[in-house]
Amino acid sequence: MLTDKLTIVLGERDGIAGPAIAACVKAAKGEVAFASTECFV
Amino acid sequence: MDLQSQEVIKRLAEEHGADRLLVLLGAPDPEAAEIAAETVVLGDPTYAGALAETQLGLEVYHVLEDDIRMQIPPEVFEEQIGVMADVLDAAGLAEAVAGMRAKRP
Repeated sequence: MLTDKLTIVLGERDGIAGPAIAACVKAAKGEVAFASTECFV
Repeated sequence: MDLQSQEVIKRLAEEHGADRLLVLLGAPDPEAAEIAAETVVLGDPTYAGALAETQLGLEVYHVLEDDIRMQIPPEVFEEQIGVMADVLDAAGLAEAVAGMRAKRP
């Protein structure tokens, strides 16, 4: 699934941050099209 | 969801096609995960962003769902996500996102 799709990463500061998820996708040989870390306050 | 993120997602869907995209969430609780998933499946429920009344129907998962986790090398998952997998309500997050995934048009 990760290898045949372009991944959009929507991390959150209070959950799991975008760069951490993006690193997981890349390690799974996936391609990240966009990554952000959102912050709800 | 950030308005800027909504604009980028809409543009990516137009450029690559919705079928080509996968959204991964890192939301801390089921409610936040459900709202984020709803935004990329049915449109922005707050009607504030570019995805208002835009049903992209994107495939969306939380990164803690088993279907995603099993594809990530365990040592990388542990290094990048580690203890958050134990702290967050993985079952609740999975249920919330799966419920919205089932509403894809």
